[in-house]
Amino acid sequence: MSVTAIAVDCRGLTHRFGDQVAVDDLDLRVEHGQIVGLLGPNGAGKTTTIRVLNTLLPVQQGHVEVFGHDVAHASITVRRLIGYVPQQLSIEAALTGRENVGLFARLFDVPRRQRSARVDEVLAAMDLSESADRLAGTYSGGMIRRLELAQALVNRPALLILDEPTVGLDPVARDGVWDRVRHMRDEYGMSVLLTTHYMQEADELCDRIVLLHRGRLRAEGQPQQLKSVLGPEASLDDVFRHYTGDSLSQSTESEGGIASVRTIRRTARRVG
Amino acid sequence: MLPSRVLTFCVVEMQKLRHDRTELVTRSIQPILWLVIFGQTFSRIHAIPTGSQPYLDYMAPGIIAQSGMFIAIFYGIQIIWERDAGILAKLLVTPTPRIALVAGKSFAATVRALAQVLVVLVVAAMLGVHLRYNPLHLLGVVLVVTLGTAFFSCLSMTIAGLVRSRDRLMGIGQAITMPLFFASNALYPLALMPTWLRVLSNINPLSYEVGALRDLLVGSPSNLLRDFAVLLLAAGAMMYAASRLLDRLAR
Repeated sequence: MSVTAIAVDCRGLTHRFGDQVAVDDLDLRVEHGQIVGLLGPNGAGKTTTIRVLNTLLPVQQGHVEVFGHDVAHASITVRRLIGYVPQQLSIEAALTGRENVGLFARLFDVPRRQRSARVDEVLAAMDLSESADRLAGTYSGGMIRRLELAQALVNRPALLILDEPTVGLDPVARDGVWDRVRHMRDEYGMSVLLTTHYMQEADELCDRIVLLHRGRLRAEGQPQQLKSVLGPEASLDDVFRHYTGDSLSQSTESEGGIASVRTIRRTARRVG
Repeated sequence: MLPSRVLTFCVVEMQKLRHDRTELVTRSIQPILWLVIFGQTFSRIHAIPTGSQPYLDYMAPGIIAQSGMFIAIFYGIQIIWERDAGILAKLLVTPTPRIALVAGKSFAATVRALAQVLVVLVVAAMLGVHLRYNPLHLLGVVLVVTLGTAFFSCLSMTIAGLVRSRDRLMGIGQAITMPLFFASNALYPLALMPTWLRVLSNINPLSYEVGALRDLLVGSPSNLLRDFAVLLLAAGAMMYAASRLLDRLAR
């Protein structure tokens, strides 16, 4: 399987849900080995973009490649290159941590001889070795997220896609998740595309920021570059407000508000 | 790739059952009640003419088919739950063809259904049902139950893909389960049915499942080749329909 230096090359991507344009003529590029943060208020088109990239949604308009493979026509090849962690905390509570990871090792065709070692390796990398044989239903929210990362990493993906991976987690658990994402990127040289609402995290973690608003690209660049445009004291929060018009407080139901609230409530219930 | 994926989902199902067997016990209660209460009572009152065959012998294969259908018909709810929990999205992002996912899920339902078969067979033997224990026949039973469960679980997943809501699917599941059961030859011979019900029974895959099970388990003659062909065709068509709707469910 050939892997180019460009992890994601997305040109003129437009995606509609009925009359509503969720993503509007988006150009997005992720270089190999980069951590790129996709930021924007609710309804900005972040999750839709991610779901097109990971083949959950069809490419309606535009051209999308992952490591040189056309997402529209080589979806199985693209899926082999991707590790994906969705917004919700999504594990099989009735299986142990080890079994949860083992399931994905099988689905990604990790060779039988390497499977057990690979599962142990990612569980250890996520600091879950001691609790690997406990039912995942007994895990804390932070542990579940790390288990999901282990699932996503078991096939050693070239591109890791994280959709708001720290939503609903306490600060300590959040730090734990980010430490491991950084570590895995450094260890395996993979590319990471993530969405987050936490500006400080994006500032510290991301090599590049792509700011979306109402489906359109509003700004992109290194965090420092984006901040310097607004002045020496500017934070990424200021950048966000500048380009989105303080959309956090203006977000309406049609911009995904009710769906987001449901997701967050569901997450909170599952985490306990 | 398909057999390996199906095996994976079967392994997962076995792992879940190993951790919690409560479901197996609770699910066994209903078929046992059907056999012990309904079967024994109707045997004594001779309300349903089954010729020289004892009514319990006639009914036991029907209860096996029924318990498999009852497990499978609500499998769509599980897939909607997996959609809501984000698990389905993660599975769909693996390099697994949609049809393999659906086949895997339906064969996972089969694992549970086969556990029920074992329970019903043991209870039926204890009640004096004249079962045939020929290994080839028992293998045939496994195959028939597998195809029947695959059809009903894929029917459920197809409806899930259409209605996309747990509550709606629950309502539809409850609305169709009993009609499917009563419009079949599970409890009474086709000859006793009014014409319109006989027509329904003839297009109901459950009737073919029961017919094949009756032939294999208690020796009531049926057209086994026809029964297998209908079940295979029905399961294949429904599996295809469910796999076509899986992406719609995840969106």
